[in-house]
Amino acid sequence: MRKLIINGVSMTFDAPDDMPLLWALRELAGLTGTKFGCGIGQCGACTVHVGGQPVRSCILPISEVAGEVTTIEAIGESDVGRRVQEAWLALEVIQCGYCQSGQIMAASALLARETAPDDAMIDAAMAGNICRCGTYPRIRAAIKAATR
Amino acid sequence: MSGGYAAIPESALPATTRRRFLTGGALIMGFMFSRAARAFDSEPNLAAAGALDAQGRGFAGFVPSGFIRIGDDGRIILVMPSVEMGQGIYTAEAMLIAEELEIGLDQAEVVASPPDSMAYIQSILKSQVTGGSTSIRAFWTPLRQAGAAARSMLVDAAAAQWGVRPEECAADRAVVSHAASGRSLPYAALAAAAARRPVPQNIGVKPVSQFKLIGRPLKRVDTPAKVNGSARFGIDVAIPGLRTAALLMCPTIGGRLRALDDSVTRQAPGVIDVLRLEDAVAVVGEHYWAAKKGVDLLKAEWVHGPGAHLSSPTLENMLLHADAEPTPGVLTGSPEQVMARAPHRLEAIYDLPYLAHATLEPINTTVHVRPDGCDIWVGTQVPLTARKVAAEITGLPPETIMVRNHLIGGGFGRRLAVDTIEQAVRFARQVDYPLKIIWSREQDIQHDHFRPAYHDRIAAGLGPDGLPVAWTHRTTCSTVRPYYDRKPWPLGTLDKDAIAGASELPYAIPAMRVDWVRQDGPVALNWWRGVGETHNVFVVESFVDELARSVDRDPVEYRRAMLAHNPRSRAVLDHAAKAAGWGDPLPPRTGRGISLHDSFGSYAALVVEVSVDPHGEVRLRRAVAAVDCGIAINPDSVAAQIQGGVIFGLSAALFNGITFADGRVEQSNFHDYRQLRFNEAPAVEVHVMPSEENPGGLGEVGTVSAAPALCNAIFAATGVRVRRLPIDRTELAEKGSDNMVAGIATAATIGVGTLVAGATLHSRAKESDR
Repeated sequence: MRKLIINGVSMTFDAPDDMPLLWALRELAGLTGTKFGCGIGQCGACTVHVGGQPVRSCILPISEVAGEVTTIEAIGESDVGRRVQEAWLALEVIQCGYCQSGQIMAASALLARETAPDDAMIDAAMAGNICRCGTYPRIRAAIKAATR
Repeated sequence: MSGGYAAIPESALPATTRRRFLTGGALIMGFMFSRAARAFDSEPNLAAAGALDAQGRGFAGFVPSGFIRIGDDGRIILVMPSVEMGQGIYTAEAMLIAEELEIGLDQAEVVASPPDSMAYIQSILKSQVTGGSTSIRAFWTPLRQAGAAARSMLVDAAAAQWGVRPEECAADRAVVSHAASGRSLPYAALAAAAARRPVPQNIGVKPVSQFKLIGRPLKRVDTPAKVNGSARFGIDVAIPGLRTAALLMCPTIGGRLRALDDSVTRQAPGVIDVLRLEDAVAVVGEHYWAAKKGVDLLKAEWVHGPGAHLSSPTLENMLLHADAEPTPGVLTGSPEQVMARAPHRLEAIYDLPYLAHATLEPINTTVHVRPDGCDIWVGTQVPLTARKVAAEITGLPPETIMVRNHLIGGGFGRRLAVDTIEQAVRFARQVDYPLKIIWSREQDIQHDHFRPAYHDRIAAGLGPDGLPVAWTHRTTCSTVRPYYDRKPWPLGTLDKDAIAGASELPYAIPAMRVDWVRQDGPVALNWWRGVGETHNVFVVESFVDELARSVDRDPVEYRRAMLAHNPRSRAVLDHAAKAAGWGDPLPPRTGRGISLHDSFGSYAALVVEVSVDPHGEVRLRRAVAAVDCGIAINPDSVAAQIQGGVIFGLSAALFNGITFADGRVEQSNFHDYRQLRFNEAPAVEVHVMPSEENPGGLGEVGTVSAAPALCNAIFAATGVRVRRLPIDRTELAEKGSDNMVAGIATAATIGVGTLVAGATLHSRAKESDR
């Protein structure tokens, strides 16, 4: 049994230690906003925050989660998260949307630690999140809009 | 069985989105988001929305057509004939209906259409299908007419109630009003009366000048739910009693399971069952992780079948030495004779690879087979075909089969195939619970039905002015048709897709032959974004560039000289070139390339600007597109589709090809099927030409433009002509450079989420005005 704090709520997971946090979130907690894209940490669709840091939950076993977990379902409760979501909608970033939970989580983590990141910082923070629909230029613009 | 699994029943998801978390049974109030998310804040209750069948049976209210339901409670539901996979079609189709129905987008919910043999059939593809950039062209008139018909019935109902003439009434924002007497009624109050009226058959629609919604960059109806995790894709389906399965699939084409030892798997924690098909095994678990670990414990032996030794060199040889009689495509004049006499001749060979779709949402299908019916939860571009194959496999009558379509996390043509649904139904009919099959990323890539590979020979004879007077283009490839149609394609019958983009050029060329040598192979095929045009326009537009260069003419000016009869193409060409600063000086190893095509009813020109470093690594500096798609339903959506489509095409041209060795696909995940990353993507500027022509298609237009513009830019930068995709960047290295190997190693690290600082980053200084 593993106790984790997800979005401020204490939850007990009856699951094997090696279960990736991604699947614990999606199937045990019913939080399907975090997505499965590759299973090897290459695409970023599974990005959540642990202790405020962005992590790829598909390769993070629940036994290794040290810190409170924040998912896309709750990121809007923070000021940064809310501004990111609003910028994403104002600039109509999203196409299919499947990568966007991960994109928003990566962007929120960046803006939580850098109030006005430059392009190189944005590149570094976002290079791990694949978008097959090609929304990258709008994501960049939305991150910049969310800093204002 | 350990209690690790919690399923969320549909009934527990009312509009305000509460979620039940597993904490020893307590109900926890989940996140409530502030902005109203129309339609996708929870899995829509399709029965209550009257959207489980086209006739709206069971819906309490007004059902004038398959597309519209207006409830006595005021709920307005728009049933979408096309499926949303990122292209913005739910918003655009809702706008078409809303324009004539006289409602705001904020007043309606949008739901996916159920399969129906008539109500959602589109006129271009003759089925209920989303693909081929056809949705707006097919539904431009029918959806507006449906909205207009419904509005007129509501207005007539109000007029009858008031004893006035309908002409004296106006409809706006779901309210009918009679200005003279100051009376008004909301649609909710009129629904029952409207439902009793006959549906008008021949209804007029507004002229362009009266549009209130169409042509405006309205906010999309699906995106609010996509920023907070509440949007549900097929993979997110949760229903009572659901079990999840991971698969083991035969690694070679045409192979079968010979023997299976599942004894260890069955003992593994959380494993519920092991199901078999001829060529695949499903391990059913309490949750995906248990199932996946169960798969890892299987011991399987395969009879590898005819594909056991498939290799790319063999496949390429088949295309190279194909000797079938060419199937005629297009013939104008006597191109061979004219070419023989032409002062100047050029010929070239172009080769394109198999491509995977690599949608970010991997293949997944949820099926519940019962004695009396079948439910399917999936994201599909072909819901009617999905129902059909489920009926065939289960033997159940089609009307007992419900296909619940979902938002799709990337289509690109993948979800036009139903092989994965067939597989899921075959597994699901072995059990009595709802079964969700999730493919791994490796399976998603390796068991894809691929975009065909192509081998093209193209030649032109140039006249004294350097322009082509004769042109021949022969493409050798297999055909997608038997896979899509699910029946053989007769030998000798032209597959128009094989020559699409080759047979009708924007240019005036007096003598032309385009034909197809059919060479079938063992690889399963499927449509890929841009279909035949993505292949042929790459060849044509690269070759036009070769022709221009061979007579020392500017590529833009050369094309313009062949467009006298084609003003819409000329206009986008000139606009894109001007906006891109064509002709302005550039640093060394930096160049611009242009491509031009008219496809899917739209006209597009794209300029791509690249710089190529000494190692051959290509930096995408910027892209500038000019698009004439006729009336743009939603101009922001048009820009987004072009931006996204261009980036999609650039990514594939730079990095992707599916190769085979020892019968197996060599690529497996995003580390070796590389995708363009955030830091590598250029800004894409899109100019939408104003037009009052009927709308053209859009979803694939940007992708078609991308590869040729890119390769033409690479030529301008390096003098190297790319005739084979994906681009072999080692060929672009500066001659005499010692840094080739180091450059490739540097490039390879960019894909792993860490950034290599310094020289490998390109400057973004000029893109701040994106």
